[in-house]
Parts: sequence; C-alpha cells; structure tokens
Amino acid sequence: MQAASLHWARPYLAAFRARFQLMLQYRAAALAGFATQCWWGAIRILVFAAFYGVNAAAAPISLADAVTYVWLGQALLALQPWVADPEIGQAVRTGGVGYDRLRPLDAYGYWYARTLGWMLARALPRAALMLLAAGIVLPLVGLGDWALRPPSGVMAALLFVPAFVLMTALGAAVLMLANIVVAASLNERGVNAVLTPLVIVFSGSLLPLDFYPDALRPFLHVQPFAGLVDIPFRIYFANLKGGAALQGLALQAAWTLVLIGLGRLAMERMMRRLEMQGG
Amino acid sequence: MNALALYGRYVATSLRAQAQYPAATLMLTAGHFAATAIEILGVFALFDRFGPVGGWSFGEAAVFYALVNIMFSIADLLSRGFEAFGTDFVRTGAFDRVLLRPRAAALQLAGYEVRLSRLGRLLQASVVLILASSLVPITWDAAAVATAVWAVAGGVALFAGILVLQATLAFWTIDSLEIMNVLTYGGVQAAQYPLNVYAAWFRRVLTFGLPLACVAYYPVLAILKRPDPLGAPDWFLPLAPIAGFAFLALSFVAWRAGMARYASTGS
Repeated sequence: MQAASLHWARPYLAAFRARFQLMLQYRAAALAGFATQCWWGAIRILVFAAFYGVNAAAAPISLADAVTYVWLGQALLALQPWVADPEIGQAVRTGGVGYDRLRPLDAYGYWYARTLGWMLARALPRAALMLLAAGIVLPLVGLGDWALRPPSGVMAALLFVPAFVLMTALGAAVLMLANIVVAASLNERGVNAVLTPLVIVFSGSLLPLDFYPDALRPFLHVQPFAGLVDIPFRIYFANLKGGAALQGLALQAAWTLVLIGLGRLAMERMMRRLEMQGG
Repeated sequence: MNALALYGRYVATSLRAQAQYPAATLMLTAGHFAATAIEILGVFALFDRFGPVGGWSFGEAAVFYALVNIMFSIADLLSRGFEAFGTDFVRTGAFDRVLLRPRAAALQLAGYEVRLSRLGRLLQASVVLILASSLVPITWDAAAVATAVWAVAGGVALFAGILVLQATLAFWTIDSLEIMNVLTYGGVQAAQYPLNVYAAWFRRVLTFGLPLACVAYYPVLAILKRPDPLGAPDWFLPLAPIAGFAFLALSFVAWRAGMARYASTGS
C-alpha cells in the first residue's frame, strides 16, 4: 500500500539521487572549497572580534553567537542560491531540454528535485567537514571561544530541524526562479549577476540582518531571503525562540510556497514559448 | 615586434573581441560592480553600529578598502592568463603551443584575455575612494598622490605575484586550484580593514607572510598622515610597497622552476 502511494514520487527521487551521487564525485573541489571557507570564516570572525572589542554593548547578539553564525554560514554556504543550476543553462543551449519535455513528469517537480540534489550534494560533505573542524577540532586545540557551538538547548535543536529543511526548500525555490529565467534568456550570467549580491546581502550571509541599521529591520525581517540564513541560524542559537521561532518558521514556509507557486506559473509560460536550440 | 608592442596587440585583440558584444560586456561589468560593492555595505553597517574601531572611522577604513580593491582589480585585469593557466593551458596541453612561439611564455599569458568586466571592481573602488576623500580630510598633495600610485603599483605586483604562484602550482597539480582564492580574494577581504584591528598573529601573517600590509596599511597611513599605532617608524611607511615587487620577483623564481619541470599532458 505504502509502495503504491509513493509510486508517483519515484522518478523525482531517482532524479535527485542521480544528481546527488554525481556531485559527490568531486572530492578535490569539496576539499578546496572547504579550505577556502575556513579562511573566510576566520577573517570574518577576526573582524567581528575587533568590533566587539571596542563596543560589545552595541551588538544585537553575543560574540559567541556571532562566531557560531559565521561557522554555520560557512558550513552551509553551498545551500545558498547564489547561482542558477549550470546544467539547466546547458540543457537549454544544447537542446537537451527537449528530452525533459518528453518525460511524463511534472517539469517543475523534475527540475526542482535535480536542483535540490545538486545543492545538497555540494553542501553536505563541506558541512560535515566544517562541523568537524569548527565544532570539534577548534575546542580540542584550546580555541573553544572561537568554535561553532551546539544548538542552545534541546528546543532550539528540535526547531532547527524544520528550519533547516525549510531553508533548503526555500533556497531551491529561489534557484528554480533563476533557472527559469536562464531557460528563457539562454544565458545564466545576467541572472547570476543580479542574484548573487541580492542573496548575500538580504539572506544575512554578509552580516546577520540585525547588524544593519535598525530602521531597516521591519523590512529585512519579512523579505523572503531572511529565511535562507538569518531565521534558521537565529533559531539554532535560540535568539529566536518560542512564538518568535514559530513565526520565523511560518515565514520560511510561506515564502517557500509563494516562490514555488510563482515558479510553476513562470515555468508554464516559459515552456510554452520555449524554442529548441540545436539538435 | 618588441615585447611591449606585442603586449599592446594582445590587449587590443582582446578588447576588440569584447566590443563585439557591447551589451553583454556592459552587463557583466555592472554585475561585477554590484557583486564587489556589497562588501563596502558590510563595512559601513559594522562602523555604523559599533562606532570607530582601532582609532579608525568609517571614512578612513574606506580608504584602505578602496586602495586594496583598486590594486586587486588591476592585477586581475592583467593576469587572467595566469589564473586560468591550469585549466586552460596545462590540462588541455595548450601550453605546448605557447612554448613553441619565440616569445616569453609569461608575456603571452599576461596578454591572454583582458576582461573588461573586471573594471566593475575598479569602478566601485574608485567611487568609494572619492566618497572617503569627502568623509575624511585627505590632502591630495603631490606626496600623497605619489604614495598612492606607488602603493597601487606595489599592490598590483603583489597580487600578480600570487596569481603567478597559482599558475606555478599547476605545473605540479595539472589544474588550477580554487584554494589560491584564499590568498587573492581572501587577501582583499583581510586587507580592506586597517591592520591594527586584527589579532597579533594575523598581523604578522599579513606583514611577513603575505605582505599585504606593506602595500595597503603602511602607505595608507602615510597618505592619511597618521603615525602607525603599532609603532612602525614614519620613514618606513611610504617605502613598504617595495615588498610587493619583491614578492613578484620571488614568484617568478618559482615560475622558472616550474617551467623547467613542465611535461606536456600530451593531448
């Protein structure tokens, strides 16, 4: 019975798994990326430490939480929707997208599953390495003050699970919109040029959103990109807890649904107009 | 044709190629402008919230930021061939063809693909420099301008040296390694704040290991006419950028060693 009810999901799972396993092959890239991210995180933390040293009272979160925020951000960097899925652009330029149109599948769901596999396969090995380095090695060598801390309490850990799932789902939904624009315009450079800075600033990758001028808070806390970094990480160290945490989760979920809805509409229109390139 | 004229020819060819797609080139430049300009937003937000740090206001910190970004953007413009060396030349075997030509390999690589889009970073850094000049009283007299130009030259040499090292590594690894981004982009990231805000061990890395402080921090002190809070003597400040040229010279020693052991990938 269960097998039958899951039957519809099998092709999407297969698409996800194939992409995930392919991306896991690039071990050297993952290692190089990991080293880069360690250095990056270290510089960020040194800068934070300098500013906290002069005026810690002005900071919206403690230095320990800021350090955790930086390491979590570096660990999950590849989950951020900075650039459109490169394979989509390729498929559209070579005409490979024609095969996708022939599959008896929901086109949006199929691309979404593949994009999700691409994101997670790049992110998870690096995240595991980063947790090991920043969460276990740093405290062991006596740099506990600069380490990634575990979630602040059982409740925070439990709430972080749905927050993580939603940040991934939201990231894939943002990428899908980018993918669709790529498919319509045949070129990913323009989209990425717009998308990357937007995501870095408004997700909270550059700085936790509360570090920006206070007057911007009402806007920063409701825009869709907040659910990519700022909300889940603040849930992790219990800066958002109880009702506020649930509100954060609701915002993530709402924006995910809205962006998926928009993506489906845009995809339908785009596919109707799509012209096959090459053969 | 002498080396300089040949280099000019390379650059002209590359520019003409990009001029074929003016809209794309403009958009890429604008994109690069936006992508690199967000960093100054972060710097601004931190100063806005915390106030001055290490004795520096936002305007003064912006001078460090602007000069480092100007240096890197020019180096990036001139050394694309070295950055892409592993992927585009060693792995594909295209370097064999470069070696067959009766001209220095380094010259040919320097002339490979001068990407106009990289002017985006140069542009935003220049805007920040103008902004900073209006925020803090900098007297742009002849000495200050000369120091700035000299510092930028040293900085370009330093970043070019890093890219040459990255290319040199490819003789052993056959591919360009992303890990060198730690030194290039990571270096820009680190040097865009004044050195004395960092912990002592990191200051040493940035002075003696990768001499970014010598091309950015010390000369900017001289431009702002401020004594070094860390105690370096005043006469040293404008001299420091020479370290960038020393770094480039050492990089070319390594490059020679790499060239000597180059074996074609045979494809």
